[in-house]
Amino acid sequence: MITLEAPYTEDKIRALKVGDMVAISGTLYTGRDAFHKYLHDGGKPPVDLTDQILYHCGPVVVPEGDGWRVKAAGPTTSIREEPYQGDILRRFAVRGVIGKGGMGEKTLKALQEVGAVYMHAVGGAAQVLARCVTRVKNVYMLEELGSPEAVWELEVAEFPVVITMDSHGGSLHREVLSRSRQALDAIL
Amino acid sequence: MSALQESLLELIRRTSAELPADVVAALDRGRAAEAEGSAGAYAMGVIRDNIALARTASAPLCQDTGSVLFYVHAPVGLDTIAFREAAEAAVRLATEKGWLRQNSVDSLTGANAGTNVGPGHPTIHVEPWRDESVEVRLMLKGGGCENVGAQYALPDTALGAGRDLAGVRKCVLDAVLTAQGKGCGPGILGVCIGGDRATGYAHSKEQLLRSMDDRNPDPELDRLEHGLVEEANTLGIGPMGFGGQTTLLGVKIGVLNRLPASYFVSVSYMCWAHRRQGVVLDGAHAITRWLY
Repeated sequence: MITLEAPYTEDKIRALKVGDMVAISGTLYTGRDAFHKYLHDGGKPPVDLTDQILYHCGPVVVPEGDGWRVKAAGPTTSIREEPYQGDILRRFAVRGVIGKGGMGEKTLKALQEVGAVYMHAVGGAAQVLARCVTRVKNVYMLEELGSPEAVWELEVAEFPVVITMDSHGGSLHREVLSRSRQALDAIL
Repeated sequence: MSALQESLLELIRRTSAELPADVVAALDRGRAAEAEGSAGAYAMGVIRDNIALARTASAPLCQDTGSVLFYVHAPVGLDTIAFREAAEAAVRLATEKGWLRQNSVDSLTGANAGTNVGPGHPTIHVEPWRDESVEVRLMLKGGGCENVGAQYALPDTALGAGRDLAGVRKCVLDAVLTAQGKGCGPGILGVCIGGDRATGYAHSKEQLLRSMDDRNPDPELDRLEHGLVEEANTLGIGPMGFGGQTTLLGVKIGVLNRLPASYFVSVSYMCWAHRRQGVVLDGAHAITRWLY
């Protein structure tokens, strides 16, 4: 297990490759469909995303005392952000995207250019991942976007991911798609 | 809170936080099939840990608590309006408690009222029967897997699929290939041959209410159900699409009559977190038995 701690520098990120199992300690910002569209349509991000990691996630969060508690926090399907992700990576110098199911060629290209990686969290592992959230530091755009789509600033410790798309053009998703297509052709 | 509301609230809680035994068993078998040290084995291990954590914490297995789908079988005379009122109240309360995510979005405005109640939400299917008892089943079907469902109209030239079981097979395998890991596999497929576009999809979801270990009473369909699991697993998509031995845990096929002009094959993809549970209610609406 490789440890990745904030600050998420380009060097640290470019050292990662497809297949690496990584444990992240630092800050994650959730952002999914509505936030990506908002940025794509020219919206200004509520925080500086430089060298940050975006997490495709709509957590279940309940109020607790003065703040919030994350009750469930697994990843959402990333491919829906494919039209927007590459541009966002470039414009805001984002270093990593966590999600599930992988992303496409546009994003893969941007990962190479910018020096960023796509990190796959286990889909549906909402409790395992919620336990990695040590604190909800803040939430942005909660009114406008609603709870699942808001930008939740999460402090995490040893958040486990697998690198499935790296900054060198490698993609596990492309490999599995190709192999499975061949396997299907063989039995049809 | 009425007794019915209380029972429905507990049904929601358990469905969200606890996987039924037959699904857990299927996942255990899947985990054993993965190569030690592989990413597929790793994913299955995290899934196992997650199942245990959710049960202990009484918290959602997956943060996408999905569409709330009730299936009710009851004697003629059940007050279905009162049932909907109780179900909606239970859904609101379950959402406040964090057993359900705030999952209902206005399709025109994007607004989320935070209650999980709105046009079409929750869905309640009611079927009268001559039995004396009331059975309420609940399925929470997430959006990720919902998005990789598919409906085919046969004949399909691109797939080379004609209007027969050989064609159905091609449709199902195509759906699995296209889904890759995006439905949070290893998944379970509900399939309907026939129906119209609406009933075909609805019936395919009802197939997901079947127990993992049941057998299709039609021997040809039974063969196809098992054959498809084997064949899908040879594609090597694996858990989460990481590659591996376990791509599907089960396939359940139902049939409806169709129009001469139409031959639909509807495929509903359900993720590994196959949250479906059910209760038998007595005359006072208290839970007397769990169905899974």
